[in-house]
Amino acid sequence: MARNRQQQEVNAGSMADIAFLLLIFFLVTTQINSDKGLQIKLPPKADEQDKTQIDIPDRNLFKILINSNDQLLVEDEILNDPNLLKGLVYEFINNNGENSELSDSPLEGVVSIKTDRGTSYDLFIKVLDQVQGAYYKSRGSLFGLSATEYLNLDPKNPKQKAKIDKAKESFPMRISIAEPNKIGG
Amino acid sequence: MSKFRKRNKAKQEIPTAALPDIIFMLLFFFMVTTVIRQDKLLVEQKLPDAKDITKLERKSLVSHLYVGKPKEEKFGQEPLVQANDAFVRMDELVLWVTRERDKLDEIDKNAMTISLKVDQETKMGIVSDVQQELREANALKIMYNTPQLIEKE
Repeated sequence: MARNRQQQEVNAGSMADIAFLLLIFFLVTTQINSDKGLQIKLPPKADEQDKTQIDIPDRNLFKILINSNDQLLVEDEILNDPNLLKGLVYEFINNNGENSELSDSPLEGVVSIKTDRGTSYDLFIKVLDQVQGAYYKSRGSLFGLSATEYLNLDPKNPKQKAKIDKAKESFPMRISIAEPNKIGG
Repeated sequence: MSKFRKRNKAKQEIPTAALPDIIFMLLFFFMVTTVIRQDKLLVEQKLPDAKDITKLERKSLVSHLYVGKPKEEKFGQEPLVQANDAFVRMDELVLWVTRERDKLDEIDKNAMTISLKVDQETKMGIVSDVQQELREANALKIMYNTPQLIEKE
């Protein structure tokens, strides 16, 4: 009986402090894993046998060349600011046969990016981002959305999924990334 | 004055007994969301950022390749490719892709995505070499991993 009368309490006052310490540890070490980026699809392996030349009319080809000094040549003209590319590509895709130098329709236009071995990856990403941005802008404009709003559509939602599918059908992303030149560096 | 005195008698303490519980809840949240990095990075990784990026839906289908200058000087100055925990040579990449693909279920094999984490100082030469090898291995879905660009006004 005498034993039972003794208080058996554990001092829990410092519990919060310990929890805080652990909390701060996890707060600092947490990196919310982000698998985000620019997705592209590579062309299948080139077979030696069926190397047929596919002729694309010049008007349906939007050529972007980047040399080893990170200089841009867009449709045979020098471009100094890569941030202007988005507007040019947008115009090219949405031409629909109006201007005789730009694409016939979004379904036929191809954007070709050709780099050199010495081109910096940083600039390549910038260019690719601009081109993809132009496509997202076109897709969004189908429904009166901005590019960001289009990208925020949820593919799990059937209604929004239908929108995405329709946009993809109207504006297939036809970006060709050519093998870089062997010269330069 | 009498009114004031009455108010002063009211308890002014905030009960702090629930504080540890709240902290524990936060703690558990961070413990659950924390992913301890599986791969030890051997190359420098400063990714360039891009504006219009997309998110990958299923993370289990993603394999990562890291490209960049080696962190340790004994490996030289030239950019190298790292897969999992070690450097890989160009001619080993096809084998690596096959191994990664074998880890997936049969139905998911075509949906495998290779995420390229390339340092921004890298030149396109090595990136396109990697791409050629990936084409050879028939791993055609790739993603250039980039953080979101925050636009300055």
